Amino acid sequence: MKQALLKTVAVTAILSASVAQAEGELSIYHWFEYIPQELLVRFTEETGIKVTMDTYDSNESMLASLKGGTLGSYDVAVPGDYMVQIMRDEGMLDTIAEGELANKGNIEPQWLDVGFDPGRMHSIPYQWGSTSFSVNREVYAGEINTTDIIFNPPEELKGKINVLDTQGELLALASLHLGIPQCSTDRDQLKLLSETVNAAKANWASFNSDGAKDVLVSGDAAVGMIWNGFGAKARNEGAPIEYAYPKEGYVVWMDNVVLLKDAPNRENAIKFMDFLLQPENIAEVSNFAQYTAGVTGVTPLLTDDLKSSPEQNPPADAPAGTFVQVCDAETQALYDAIWTRLKN
Amino acid sequence: MAAQAPSSGSAATTFAPARIWLMMPSWAIIGFFLLLPVLLMLVYSFLTKEFRGGVVWEFSLASYDKFFFDRGLFGDEPPQIQWTYISIFWRSTWQAGLATFFCLLVGFPTAWFIATRPARTRAIWLFMVTIPYWVNLLIRTVSMKFLIRDNGPLNELFLAMGLIDSPITMINTNFAVQLGLFYSYLPFMVLPIYASVERYNFALSEAAADLYASRWVTMRRIVLPVVQPGIIAGCILVFVPSLGAFLAPDLLGGAKNWMIGSLIEDQFKGAAGNWPFGAAVAMVLLSLVLIVLMLYARSQSRGAR
Amino acid sequence: MSPLRYYPGFLPMTIFCLVILYAPLLVVMVYSFNESTSITRWGGFSLTWYKEVFWGVEAAKFKTAAWNSIIIAVSASITATTIATAAALAMLRGGMFRGKVASFALINLPLMVPEIVTAVATLIFFSAIGFQRGLLSILLAHIVFCIPFAYLPIAARLQGIEAHFEQAAMDLYASRWQAFRLVLLPLMLPGIIAGLLLAFIISLDDFIITSFVKGAGIETLPTAIFGAVKQGIKPDIMAISTLMLVVSILFVTASHFIGKLGNQTT
Repeated sequence: MKQALLKTVAVTAILSASVAQAEGELSIYHWFEYIPQELLVRFTEETGIKVTMDTYDSNESMLASLKGGTLGSYDVAVPGDYMVQIMRDEGMLDTIAEGELANKGNIEPQWLDVGFDPGRMHSIPYQWGSTSFSVNREVYAGEINTTDIIFNPPEELKGKINVLDTQGELLALASLHLGIPQCSTDRDQLKLLSETVNAAKANWASFNSDGAKDVLVSGDAAVGMIWNGFGAKARNEGAPIEYAYPKEGYVVWMDNVVLLKDAPNRENAIKFMDFLLQPENIAEVSNFAQYTAGVTGVTPLLTDDLKSSPEQNPPADAPAGTFVQVCDAETQALYDAIWTRLKN
Repeated sequence: MAAQAPSSGSAATTFAPARIWLMMPSWAIIGFFLLLPVLLMLVYSFLTKEFRGGVVWEFSLASYDKFFFDRGLFGDEPPQIQWTYISIFWRSTWQAGLATFFCLLVGFPTAWFIATRPARTRAIWLFMVTIPYWVNLLIRTVSMKFLIRDNGPLNELFLAMGLIDSPITMINTNFAVQLGLFYSYLPFMVLPIYASVERYNFALSEAAADLYASRWVTMRRIVLPVVQPGIIAGCILVFVPSLGAFLAPDLLGGAKNWMIGSLIEDQFKGAAGNWPFGAAVAMVLLSLVLIVLMLYARSQSRGAR
Repeated sequence: MSPLRYYPGFLPMTIFCLVILYAPLLVVMVYSFNESTSITRWGGFSLTWYKEVFWGVEAAKFKTAAWNSIIIAVSASITATTIATAAALAMLRGGMFRGKVASFALINLPLMVPEIVTAVATLIFFSAIGFQRGLLSILLAHIVFCIPFAYLPIAARLQGIEAHFEQAAMDLYASRWQAFRLVLLPLMLPGIIAGLLLAFIISLDDFIITSFVKGAGIETLPTAIFGAVKQGIKPDIMAISTLMLVVSILFVTASHFIGKLGNQTT
């Protein structure tokens, strides 16, 4: 028994040692199914940096986890536009010094000076796309370019709808459906929003982000609120679905690689960001995830499949998409309350 | 839980001088890494939540207030009873109770049947019931999810047999959660009942039969009271983990059939990010479980008298 | 068959019980050998998915996760078994002492507190004391809930061993440690091994507590499987499940026979 005890002590010592050592590593906190494994392997081959990755399924749960004590153990994360702003305001991002990123010049001009991160002090573009929904055309043949499909569905779709478990995008889509502003302080509008989503919930089968593709492919859901690229992947896997561009509007977003505060491997994080700013690398992400990069010189490297995908090419009469807005803390608390009421 | 409490009588004392040192590691590890954390959780439930995750060290009753009272969307209406969380607790209790009932319904006959086999085959039967108990609960739940999905093997089988015309939706329903709980904890019911039926003295049944009691009267009047401790232990072993179950509601119930486990998880890992509220919900759950266990302990000590 | 033991309907109920326990597992086992990528259609027998598990793109991830699981399960079960053996000696050979009932309750506390509550409490604790979450935090949490599982079979075994054995040894001037090592330990061994295997499997299986206390970039097999399953049940997951199933069955069988062996030798 003494020997067993000694062995245990030894193993414990080794364990704690391996936690402390952090050279030549990079710790990524990323969305699920959003980067091809092959690309990470290539990054390791080129730089010798060992990569570990954890995944999350919504901007909000990523924030909750970081605030819950994991900030300081990851180097980079990939928040959406509005979440970059929230994290910046919360002081959770580190600043990239001028000249530190060798490939910063590759960023497309329109994504260089963005509202959520003026001058790109903390982030680089990863991918951008839209959030709407896809409809199984074998189940429903009628008009789909309206948010009624989600919030006021026709009889044959009731109970067969999956929505994303993401507060920002779902409430933004509901606000577009009602034609009210995203950061409303008007009590009647907020009440209406809360009642609308709660009434619609009766017709929804599930809140599921990570399974959003699978439920469409397996046929468990006939309508799925979904990101355009994820919808394209579902279609490529054989789901008979069409992506909708609702006349009331839909959400557009940009995900960004941010440098986290207290990053244990700051230098490697910068190397990784530079790596992702090279067109051939980020094009690989686009071809995998079916979204659009924000880097110049990517287009020739994309597959024809992606270039012609209906999820990438809105019809001429489709309205422009809308970004999710960041509200002040007081207003945000009201939207949080609406979400909590919806989810319980 | 199922183990016997230390007997008070003639305890051997060969290691008495070393007992403090022998107990020390258990006290230290469990005290420091479980008892202390639970007490800390109690403290956290009375703290103020920080905007999106984490806590502010300021005393607040907000978590318990939120649990029991609804003050409207804007927080300025007169308080009403908040049914949301109470109904999640009610659903969990109901689901756990139902699972216990069904496990008993299937588990008792199974345990009885196994315990009355001849010694040789008995071991084989028992072994067959034990194996699933040792298979990873996550894998078992995933298997069930696969089996009952709309296009899954079970629906295919029913369709092929002509029992149904179109697939029945089972996944993401309360039924699926119930099935998951029942299936997860069924072995927990069989094993303790088996243990008490095995010790049952069949001379009692013979005596009853001699007095012209029918088979079922004997069961109800003689057998059940004698094997009752095993039944109660089985019910507790099913009810308690069902109450706090996370995997079955999460994987089989979708996000609309929440049980307490999902509610707690969402406060820490999901978007809600309200630690004090999560701690409060966990405290309420823990209190419920301790009440059940105390009732059990009391019934045991009364039975011993 | 004695009529007193026979109740009509109990055999069908037993068969129903076994069918419901085994059907999902068998279905997953069968489909793990499915040739087709579409997991609901049968496309013929193949070992493709097992190849995928060991040599596919995700292989490295699952290998690391499996390795983490094994390191944690081995360390946690050995530590917990050592602690539980000491506790069993104190509880069953230590006579009456103040706080004995409380000690018994404390040892069994991990069984009484619902898993999700333990998970949350441990997370709060580590976060409050600023403990860096990693393999070590998982290991500590696992040791805690493994102790009662190791304790139960060890205590049951020790209860069946008369105190005369070590008493006789000590009367012959063996030290207490020698009496334990040379006399009591060999007698207790079947119980200790059963406890060790039990603790090992319990640690290997744990999902909820691990998922709360694990650190950045660290996965065990159950958390890796859960993450993958959330995006849909793929055939490679079924292959991994089948492999884990086989490991579990091997362990139960082993512990079953070791237990039997122990009973026969005394």
